[in-house]
Amino acid sequence: MASTTPTDTPPAPPLSPRSGTSTGRAGDKIFSGLSKGSGILLLVIMASIAGFLTYRAAIAISKDEGNFLTTFDWNASADPPVFGIAVLLVGTVISSIVAMVIAVPIAVGIALFISHYAPRRLAAPIAYIVDLLAAVPSIIYGIWGAIVLVPYLAGLNLWLDQYFAWTYIFDQTQPGVARNMLTVGILLAIMILPIVTSVSREVFLQVPRMNEEAALALGATRWEVIRLSVLPFGRSGVISASMLGLGRALGETMAVATVLSPSYLMSLHLLDPGGGTFAQNIAAKFGEANGVGRDALIASGLVLFVLTLLVNGAARLIIARRKEYSGANA
Amino acid sequence: MSHAAIQDTPTPLPPSAGGKSLSSRGLPRWAPAGFAVVGILVGVGIGAAAGLDSKVQWGLIAVVAFLVTSYVTTTVVENQRQARDRLATSIVWVCFILAVIPLFSLLWTTISRGVKSLDPYFLTHSMSGVLSSQAGGGVYHALVGTLEQVAIATVIATPIGLLTAVYLVEYGKGALARAVTFFVDVMTGIPSIVAGLFILSIMLMADIQQSGLMGSLALTILMIPVVVRSTEEMLKLVPNELREAALALGVPKWRVILKVVLPTAIGGITTGVMLAVARISGETAPIILLVFGSQLINTNPFDGPQSSLPFYIFEQYKVGEVAAIDRAWAAALVLIAFVMILNLVARGIARWKAPKTGR
Repeated sequence: MASTTPTDTPPAPPLSPRSGTSTGRAGDKIFSGLSKGSGILLLVIMASIAGFLTYRAAIAISKDEGNFLTTFDWNASADPPVFGIAVLLVGTVISSIVAMVIAVPIAVGIALFISHYAPRRLAAPIAYIVDLLAAVPSIIYGIWGAIVLVPYLAGLNLWLDQYFAWTYIFDQTQPGVARNMLTVGILLAIMILPIVTSVSREVFLQVPRMNEEAALALGATRWEVIRLSVLPFGRSGVISASMLGLGRALGETMAVATVLSPSYLMSLHLLDPGGGTFAQNIAAKFGEANGVGRDALIASGLVLFVLTLLVNGAARLIIARRKEYSGANA
Repeated sequence: MSHAAIQDTPTPLPPSAGGKSLSSRGLPRWAPAGFAVVGILVGVGIGAAAGLDSKVQWGLIAVVAFLVTSYVTTTVVENQRQARDRLATSIVWVCFILAVIPLFSLLWTTISRGVKSLDPYFLTHSMSGVLSSQAGGGVYHALVGTLEQVAIATVIATPIGLLTAVYLVEYGKGALARAVTFFVDVMTGIPSIVAGLFILSIMLMADIQQSGLMGSLALTILMIPVVVRSTEEMLKLVPNELREAALALGVPKWRVILKVVLPTAIGGITTGVMLAVARISGETAPIILLVFGSQLINTNPFDGPQSSLPFYIFEQYKVGEVAAIDRAWAAALVLIAFVMILNLVARGIARWKAPKTGR
């Protein structure tokens, strides 16, 4: 590499630049080729996930004696195989919506707490504690949910049933332990809190100081500052943060598999045990699945894949419109 | 004047410490703490009086009491706007506390239940020949499995992730780079079970048997986007002057990247990789599909079923016997300690080796 040093000696001008560029070029070509190649590899992986899943799913659906979209049952390993994703789709969506309804307001609150309310010196450690929630493996949330949270929520279930049964969704028709969609939703809410919080926090911290100071100068209280300048600025960020959280909640496996007592009944009663989600069904049914059974599970996984792809893609597009922040590594 | 007005505030709740020593115009600094005490007292009082068996309800009542007390008192003493402000502050504090409770409950439960059966024997023995209802047995086979699977995934994912990040920051332009950025972001959201199903479908086509390696491949898919994102952020922090100075000396670009850019960002990159490792070591779903689990020690990740820590926890939980649940908690403690230590060390490195931007 010594040859790359530019020299001002006239006798060697043709040699030194040529040898310098030639070694440099070969190395550059290899290196940029490698890095470009791994970028392309990522695209290939994404494409082949879609491709392989679709292929296996097509095999399974062609053998399905029921209707893949509307059948309320999952007997994929039986002969003839009958299975459908109706219950799973509804269960996945319901549990994720419950999680969102609980998690998003709290996460926005925590994000505001860290960005605007917490004592300056405490803000960083508090943000760190919330990030720790994200570090806990999902299986540990699962057994914690099943062994600690479920008994704690029994009383809440009774109470909701007693006073809010008229809302239909809180009407408990089969009393039992709280292994229901509400508990799953609460557990999922705890699990998606960190990502929603960290993305929202990033947005709230980027609110132009001038806007806030202008509001303060007009005599606004802290809440009015937040309502007038912080929340309007951060709205799109909060929306995309919630969708990232939704993407996590849709695909969560272990926490649902340990807490929920599944069934193939479709019900909007959140307090009744039963229902299922895509991921939970795959984990639960895989052990007993034969050839067609596995393909059927792959088919349901494809639906889940498309669902999370749409949700995450939309969230990313909203974020991309505002380039300054991206909470992708949260 | 308003002092007198406070004394007979028509609060719907029993008057107490919170309402007594108020200054003339605004509430004292400790007022929120006072409201909190009132809230907790009311929550405990009503909860105990009405015999509610769920502590969750006690907590909810306490929260509502706290919010109502602070809102009403502030309205009376100060004014409506201040009251709204205080209400918002209180709600934000409540949100924070709501998030911390599950974290501490989870850590406390795992530690207190986990230490019961965690001893050197547990760490150095497998489940070979132990009935699931019996006490005894250990986690050694799962520990070996986790370490091997995660190590293989790290070895594959790190170079790919690093190179992709280098491409995006140093070379990438145009449609390809935009596509890669977008799909890396989307890839971070792939559910682990879908990554598992992808590898499973390949195994079904090529007729490959389950092994630790298959699990590692699924973990690789989950790990790559995390490594790419964190490395990308770090590379962007490297000051451009460094690159320009090296290029101006005639150093070829690839050597600039290898000798200047990457070493400058190495602290942050290490942190990112360690956080990614921490994340994948807790993944259970792909292991269920691809590695199958085993009671025995299998040190060869390329052949035959293996176990792994998260899988072991799930397996023992499903057995449902007291001894098995105890083992599950002990394994959970081992896993959480592993993950938390990785996290703490990673963040320590990030602080210690932060790129020195700005002179």
